Amino acid sequence: MIPFTTLTSKATALPIANIDTDQLIPARFMSQPRSAGYGAFLLHDLRHNPDGTRRDFPLNPPEAEGSAILITRRNFGCGSSREAAVYALADHGIRAVIAPSFGDIFAANSIKNGLLPAVVTEPDSERLLEAAALPGARPTTIDLAAQTITIGNLVVNFTIDRVWKTQLLEGLDDIDLTLREARLIEGFVEQDRAARPWAVPDLS
Amino acid sequence: MPDRTPITRSLTRPLTLIDKLWNAHAITTRADGQTLLFIDRHLLHEGSFHAFNQLRERNARIARPDLTFGIADHYVPTRKASTEAAPAAHTMIAQLARNAAEFGFLSAGAADPRQGIVHVALPEQGLTLPGLSLVCGDSHTSTHGAFGAYAFGIGASEVAHVLMTQTLWQKRPDQMRITVNGTLPPGIGAKDIALHIIARIGADGAQGHAIEYAGSTIRALSMEARMTLCNLSIEAGARLGLIAPDETTFAFLKNRRFAPKAALFDRAITDWRHLTTDPDAEFDREHTINAPDIAPTVTWGTSPEQALPITGHIPNPDTMPDPNKAQAARDAIAYMDLYAGQKLTDIPIDRIFIGSCTNSRIEDLRAASVILANRTARIPGLVSPGSAAVKHQAEAEGLHHIFQAAGLEWADPGCSMCVGMNGDTVPSGERCASTTNRNFKGRQGRGSRTHLMSPAMAAAAAITGHLTDARLLRHS
Ligand code: SF4
Repeated sequence: MIPFTTLTSKATALPIANIDTDQLIPARFMSQPRSAGYGAFLLHDLRHNPDGTRRDFPLNPPEAEGSAILITRRNFGCGSSREAAVYALADHGIRAVIAPSFGDIFAANSIKNGLLPAVVTEPDSERLLEAAALPGARPTTIDLAAQTITIGNLVVNFTIDRVWKTQLLEGLDDIDLTLREARLIEGFVEQDRAARPWAVPDLS
Repeated sequence: MPDRTPITRSLTRPLTLIDKLWNAHAITTRADGQTLLFIDRHLLHEGSFHAFNQLRERNARIARPDLTFGIADHYVPTRKASTEAAPAAHTMIAQLARNAAEFGFLSAGAADPRQGIVHVALPEQGLTLPGLSLVCGDSHTSTHGAFGAYAFGIGASEVAHVLMTQTLWQKRPDQMRITVNGTLPPGIGAKDIALHIIARIGADGAQGHAIEYAGSTIRALSMEARMTLCNLSIEAGARLGLIAPDETTFAFLKNRRFAPKAALFDRAITDWRHLTTDPDAEFDREHTINAPDIAPTVTWGTSPEQALPITGHIPNPDTMPDPNKAQAARDAIAYMDLYAGQKLTDIPIDRIFIGSCTNSRIEDLRAASVILANRTARIPGLVSPGSAAVKHQAEAEGLHHIFQAAGLEWADPGCSMCVGMNGDTVPSGERCASTTNRNFKGRQGRGSRTHLMSPAMAAAAAITGHLTDARLLRHS
């Protein structure tokens, strides 16, 4: 996983609440292999008309291209556990989403893919939305160590779980960490077998 | 190496059920507060393929195939039309079978008598037990909390982690108790309780929390109803929702295929009786609901929090105090093609769907059939039982005759029109009265409009062709 330290990029303002994972990637695209690249599926049905032509949508105009930051409203990524929603964002080039709150599973999935879910207060998200949408807006800078977001002379703080912060900063992979705990896991299983003999299904 | 602190098990502090389940699965806790939890059951479906690809990249095996169970549900065709609409679905089902064979775990394919929606069919097999930790790469895994299990949905990377280690790093969640007391009015069920709660606390009202449902109303619910309620916890933003096990739970589990038997079952029940919240245990947040206040509840918008009693009217965004909520309401009203002040019972419906892991169990089908008996539907509809066993039971009771005589289609089990991956979709622009769990834009197919409600309410809408208070159609 690539570590996340600081990021400076154009930001796209998406002033919509409750963007669920069905919007982030409609279910019909989810049988595709990841190698196909999920970027084109991102918010597909909000960005396109049924005939495939592009709609007037914040991510569509040429000036939105290359934007690695999304600023949005509360409860972003609510709904299904599909990690494909994060794949769509990541493959589209998004590395950070700023919102007042996130769906829990979405946020956990983001960390696993090096995508920062930055939580700001509702008033700050409104300020950032406004600043990012101004014509000729300055680029947005996110400093994860300092937990700040800067657009021009607007600086706001964001929160993030401290474990997730470390994982992002160091690009840590959980599985390697866990495999080092093999002895502890074995010990737990042995004890547990006596404590809860009914917990293992009888497959015979 | 992360530092470790010992798992503290206070002997004096009163514990919640959530604390007890957490403590029983905690292997170690790091200084940063992350706890490594042991996972007792790992459920998989066709959508888990990304995780297997991660295993292949690492040349890894499954740590505990004996605790890993697969089932085909999301892409399973439920009728001829779905096979034609989603020709690629069979490759997804075959892929799960290949992964099961290669990695060595039990998996039920489309024709298996144990098949069904993961959250309906696997509890039937006695795989979900009180006191277990259980995960699945699906957000509605909270369903299994109905048994007093610590059950939650995870993403593909976490699925890969559980496959390789049978554990998961988690942060202890905040805890919320929702107490529902009193007798439910006739015709009101678990779906109404859940939509009532979500409307009250919001679609993110329980974010970061584990919910325990308690109170006399909850105690009186059947296992089917408890599963419906816990299933919808995620729509309030919660990680999981659970209910303390009791005689209802034990009776359901007796003699199930993979549940403990004979002396081991008795031993289990002795242990399970301790799975309750101690008196005086504290929660981070508490909500209390009065059951007699709950009416048949339907959603009108594109978030499950946009729900109202069937006697209500579409709200006027211009009079909403919260500007963000007002904008969301405006947007939802436009998408759903409604108008402010419109009576909910004036909303015309194009088709109904009875199914999904929320409402496709035998009781749900019985509740719908009570309304549909000796009546004819004005609009088309699809009824997809939650599992092969539910289908079998319903047919033994003759319920399929009632659905078919009313003009509805009686299909095979699967996720079906809940998510439309198998090709069962609501055509663009159509409005569906649905017993499912998500009314998100396009959830049931591109451009589809979904109103969530109970099976009885969906049945009532089928008969009249518009949203209808099912209480008026109950036979005296
Ligand atoms: S029925 Fe719907 S919500 Fe339930 S597991 Fe299937 S797709 Fe998910």
